Amino acid sequence: MAGNKGRGRAAYTFNIEAVGFSRGEKLPDVVLKPPPLFPDTDYKPVPLKAGEGEDYMLALKQELRETMKRMPYYIETPEEKQDIERYSKRYMKVYKEEWIPDWRRLPREMMPRKKCKKGPKSEKAKDTSKGVSLTNTADVLKKIEELEKRGDGEKSDEENEEKEGGKEKSKEGDEEDDDDAAEQEEYDEEEQEEENDYINSYFEDGDDFGADSDDNMDEATY
Amino acid sequence: MTQAEIKLCSLLLQEHFGEIVEKIGVHLIRTGSQPLRVIAHDTGTSLDQVKKALCVLIQHNLVIYQVHKRGVVEYEAQCSRVLRMLRYPRYIYTAKTLYSDTGELIVEELLLNGKMTMSAVVKKVADRLTETMEDGKTMDYAEVSNTFMRLADTHFVQRCPWVPATENSDPGPLPPAPILVISEKDMYLVPKLSLIGKGKRRRSSDEDATGEPKAKRSKHSTDNKEPIPDDGIYWQANLDRFHQHFRDQAIVSAVANRMDQTSSEIVRTMLRMSEITTPSAAPFTQPLSSNEIFRSLPVGYNISKQVLDQYLTLLADDPLEFVGKSGDSGGGMYVINLHKALGSLATATLESVVQERFGSRCARIFRLVLQKKHLEQKQVEDFAMIPAKEAKDMLYKMLSGNFISLQEIPKTPDHAPSRTFYLYTVNILSAARMLLHRCYKSIANLIERRQFETKENKRLLEKSQRVEAIIASMQATGAEEAQLQEIEEMITAPERQQLETLKRNVNKLDASEIQVDETIFLLESYIESTMKR
Repeated sequence: MAGNKGRGRAAYTFNIEAVGFSRGEKLPDVVLKPPPLFPDTDYKPVPLKAGEGEDYMLALKQELRETMKRMPYYIETPEEKQDIERYSKRYMKVYKEEWIPDWRRLPREMMPRKKCKKGPKSEKAKDTSKGVSLTNTADVLKKIEELEKRGDGEKSDEENEEKEGGKEKSKEGDEEDDDDAAEQEEYDEEEQEEENDYINSYFEDGDDFGADSDDNMDEATY
Repeated sequence: MTQAEIKLCSLLLQEHFGEIVEKIGVHLIRTGSQPLRVIAHDTGTSLDQVKKALCVLIQHNLVIYQVHKRGVVEYEAQCSRVLRMLRYPRYIYTAKTLYSDTGELIVEELLLNGKMTMSAVVKKVADRLTETMEDGKTMDYAEVSNTFMRLADTHFVQRCPWVPATENSDPGPLPPAPILVISEKDMYLVPKLSLIGKGKRRRSSDEDATGEPKAKRSKHSTDNKEPIPDDGIYWQANLDRFHQHFRDQAIVSAVANRMDQTSSEIVRTMLRMSEITTPSAAPFTQPLSSNEIFRSLPVGYNISKQVLDQYLTLLADDPLEFVGKSGDSGGGMYVINLHKALGSLATATLESVVQERFGSRCARIFRLVLQKKHLEQKQVEDFAMIPAKEAKDMLYKMLSGNFISLQEIPKTPDHAPSRTFYLYTVNILSAARMLLHRCYKSIANLIERRQFETKENKRLLEKSQRVEAIIASMQATGAEEAQLQEIEEMITAPERQQLETLKRNVNKLDASEIQVDETIFLLESYIESTMKR
């Protein structure tokens, strides 16, 4: 490594022949930019296989594509409301079969809870932050009635979304169905909700009231 | 999962199930196993949508769930299964060649719906077949059931894992998710059903599904009335068995190309005999004696025992080593070397790609390096008889394309370049992986281009569809020739030409996708066979 640097004469440290070109030969230009997106190819591609089988598979493929769009498994994206209601839209709706999965094979959390009316409630909640406290009481009362009627330990938390809807930046429908048995303890605080001015996010999930009460005390003494 | 695979999965899911399912599916593929709420939170979709999407994905065997501690259920996507969606036409066509239209429709229904009960499949297929038959004839359920049983016997369809029937009457706290079990011996057991009935022809007024709500309602009501005898027993298409069939097909046609028809028939017989006995991942089939093979040859083939023996010896001596001799008892025990066969097929694919991309001289160099394993630059020039400059140019082209790699062998511990041998070599496995990755990219490009072409001409396509619908309805109500002519002229000649071009392009792109998928199958089979060792 600390050998002679050639004593004034330029010499390569390796056998130049091994790399493949001799000294003084013109090397290709240095590439200064990425290769082109659609480079010219020297050789044209081989034509596609053609035959009865291939034709049949092609027709099958195109048919399958169309069929899949009509199956109940194809979930359409809900379109935003158009400014002008087109008359023809009513007559161009494609009627799809309903598909009900076999609930015995799926985890329990997959079942949609029909008790929650998600759509109208969450939208209402977003607009009217003032009505939050009123709906809360109504919901709590309704809840108590329901629980008395059903008498089982399941808690469904519809008022969750009103709570979160009170905050301006609620993700729509994000907090809708919290009916996992495992998640029950995290939302117990909703049951004890009262009309108060505390923002819901003040408490972390899983914290209990007692631990945080010291923080509140500071404000109260003023 | 590589980026190319994820992109391809995203395109496939979007085309087949819509954007919401695509979003959820791709998120799961990217991030691995996740519980429900995390998915909803990370993707920003509503819980309701996430549930629907997951139901669809689980139904189609693209996502599986697992219960972890604390009762949390996690969902995991199977990327390789999503990529199989490309191969659906091939599966259906294979079923058609083996079991004719009935088998084809059974497999198609199973693939379109993910899982179905046998009675549901039989009913639907009978209805569909009745549609295509002439007036007055109907398809009997018994015939469809027979085909279904044959498919199950040859393992082309299999049962899905099922919920075990719990013995205790008091369920206690229900588990968050059912644990599905599957036992090897029950996987192909067809339930004893007595399905009596015939296919129903739909009323002709229900032909097009636009604005016919009563069709939907009537389907619902019939389902609720009859109790399903085989409730809970779901069937799915057994893709591995199809893959085994494709692999056998590829081997037989390779032998036919290399040698002749008779040898390929012999190999086909050997493969058929070991279909059920050999597991699909085995490196070679069970040994078969020459006498057995002679007895199992197809009826039309009358070659004498000695000729058969000669053919077998020829096959065993062939340098490609498709067939190997494993013993001498029973007239000679022969096996088919599946792994070697797959390796040869993958190598042939690589050679052909090099030839088509770089030219036949490059292909010569490539084959030379393959054969000699390691060669120096100088030796390549000598053996291939190609002038030095061109040889070097070609080697570097292939090197930058990752078909060939360099192996350094240092003479001294300090790895000085002047005292190191640089040998060119072909690492088949890594070249195969590189090519596979490229194939995924190609198909993604093809699909995108096809979608682009269709979107560009969307207005024109819609117009032509409307015109066709008008013509069809007018013909049904009996219109004159002149009126039909007028309607047809709504589409001008240049528009017609545009439509023709569009159709041709879309067909070409679709056909290319199918063909690239064949290459993907070969390469994936080869790579899988090396991993299982």
